[in-house]
Amino acid sequence: MSRRMVQLPATWVCVALMATLGCGQETLSIRIGEFSALTGDKATFGQSTTRGLGLAIDEANAAGGVGGVMLRLISEDDQGKPEEAATAVNKLVTQDQVITVLGEVASSNSLAGAPICQDNKVPMITPSSTNPAVTEVGDYIFRVCFIDPFQGVVMARFAAEHLGLTRVGILRDVKSDYSVGLATFFAREFTRLGGTIVGDESYQQGDVDFKAPLTALITRQPEGLFVPGYYTEVGLIARQARELQYKGPLMGGDGWDSPKLAEIGAEAIEGAYFSNHYSIDDPAPEVQNFVQRYKQKYGGSPDAFAATAYDAAALLVEKLRAMQQEDTQLFAALVGGIPGDAGGREQRRQALARLRDLLAGTRDFRGVTGLITLDAQRNAQKPAVVLQVSAGQYRFVTRISA
Amino acid sequence: MQELLQQLVNGISWGSIYSLIALGYTMVYGILRFINFAHGDVYMVGAFVAYYSVFFLGLRSGGVAGALGALAVIALAMLAAAVLGVSIERLAYKPVRRQARLTALITAIGVSLFLENAGILAFGAEPKFFPQIIASKSLRLPGGAYVTTHQLLVLGGSLVLMVGLNLIVYRTKIGLGMRALSLNRDVANLMGVPTDRIIAFTFGLGSALAAAAGVLVALSNPRIDPLMGLLPGLKAFVAAVLGGIGSIPGAMVGGLLMGIAETLVSGYISSTYRDAIAFSILIVILLVRPAGLFGRAVTEKV
Repeated sequence: MSRRMVQLPATWVCVALMATLGCGQETLSIRIGEFSALTGDKATFGQSTTRGLGLAIDEANAAGGVGGVMLRLISEDDQGKPEEAATAVNKLVTQDQVITVLGEVASSNSLAGAPICQDNKVPMITPSSTNPAVTEVGDYIFRVCFIDPFQGVVMARFAAEHLGLTRVGILRDVKSDYSVGLATFFAREFTRLGGTIVGDESYQQGDVDFKAPLTALITRQPEGLFVPGYYTEVGLIARQARELQYKGPLMGGDGWDSPKLAEIGAEAIEGAYFSNHYSIDDPAPEVQNFVQRYKQKYGGSPDAFAATAYDAAALLVEKLRAMQQEDTQLFAALVGGIPGDAGGREQRRQALARLRDLLAGTRDFRGVTGLITLDAQRNAQKPAVVLQVSAGQYRFVTRISA
Repeated sequence: MQELLQQLVNGISWGSIYSLIALGYTMVYGILRFINFAHGDVYMVGAFVAYYSVFFLGLRSGGVAGALGALAVIALAMLAAAVLGVSIERLAYKPVRRQARLTALITAIGVSLFLENAGILAFGAEPKFFPQIIASKSLRLPGGAYVTTHQLLVLGGSLVLMVGLNLIVYRTKIGLGMRALSLNRDVANLMGVPTDRIIAFTFGLGSALAAAAGVLVALSNPRIDPLMGLLPGLKAFVAAVLGGIGSIPGAMVGGLLMGIAETLVSGYISSTYRDAIAFSILIVILLVRPAGLFGRAVTEKV
């Protein structure tokens, strides 16, 4: 064979080998993955989450990383759709070989990504998905926020005791696990407290016209409307409800939290109430400190999703530090990608299992959104705040604990 | 009773939108025996052209200024859509006019996909919110129902446009040509009717109507995104079939019926069935009376 015939393909093979091997070993760092809705109907959720996570990770890196190793955040956009969420998580776990997945905000998307993390034994921390089913997927799935059975109770109690309502109509988003779950929990508690649910209508995410279900509800003369959906539709629903001359209060859950809600809802959403994970008005020093640092870095004010994301990332960093201190060798298995040899892979598996155990044992972690303790189902026990939309701002009304 | 009245008001409002879009489908089918699947996306383009025009013209909301602004924006959108419609016809449909019907159909689907994805590329996938240049006030009707200024605008606007269309089709020379073409294209050609020009005009006219529908919807339901034309386009197509595809009064009546049926089902049964009712109507009408309400059953000699 002539020299040329061997040289050219050999070069290409070497380059290819270097590319594939090199991919796993750029600058050695700890890879943390996140999937969120950076585009689409719930885009503010993803943008806030990424910023909150980014702030925590940047702060950790500025302090020298964990054990001298830098943290690298790899973001994937799932466009707010469960199918894309599954694809995004798959890529993070198998191609990017992350050690933990952070995400998502919307429960439907978390539910799509959680099984993949559980199957691959990679811990997943959702900062703000509140549907209980998410952590039920498996013991590698965690959340740093409260769950909807609690959130439903919060708003039911608020409606019955604080607002003194006895008749409420519900308008739920059937395409969203979060909305359906929250509506059910609200209805259950509200009836238990002696109230009546006068009507339960539904719509779908992406709809623009809600006059038909709204008319059906308003005819039954509810004293208040509970709309546990996401901000885009809620804003439009508020407008159309007011156009139909409905004057009663509107209530909702944390899916409302977005600067776009006041923008879309305008005067119609003024005075409406919703439950949330934290209030920017909270005078506690950690909160105000966080708000300052966030504003300095990004310009805008952090919403609940930025705050919970910050907490999720900060918690992960704390556990990584703990792991590095207790067993440097095991910790080293988390750096970089998945090793090629069987022994390395086993080390990695053990390291991830240890990380999982550390996360499960979280007690009294001081987060921006409050003290976080994870219970046996890996959910956080935290109080909720109720906010009111007032002149485009979300003002604190009251705090409700379990 | 009040609930029924309110639902009817809602239904007629949406129905007139479907009528406007259905007119485009029906006219093109009448002349070319061809379903322009890209029509729903012209509706979307109209809404977006209006959206950007509002910012370009620096329009303010409320009062007379708002009303004039809305008119200007509708006119601009209609013009842009007419140009788009004629271009699509020239570039995509004319070359396949003499070929098998299936080819043209697939081309239409292709154009539809192209417009949607070009929209996503150009405008971004995130929904945009049309500024409220016409203030929304609710007026109480006798019977207890409320109609908003937006709904009145949609109804009024659709009526004006449909009357205008009728005038064009039945009172002008070009309308005469359109009717001639719909009866028999080849003979019309032989009789000296300028076929190509009339076809282009029909596409332009239909697209202008769809764009007007898009702007009217955007004014009252301000959420616009590049895929907004998909479902209304399909439903308007069903409305056109319901009324009798190829028949202009059929499209108008079909659209209204579609809007009312959808709203009544959505309000009285469940909102989840809103889209299902449209396609159930399609199935039923094709089984029971395929020619539609106003259509003539045409037998083709093979």
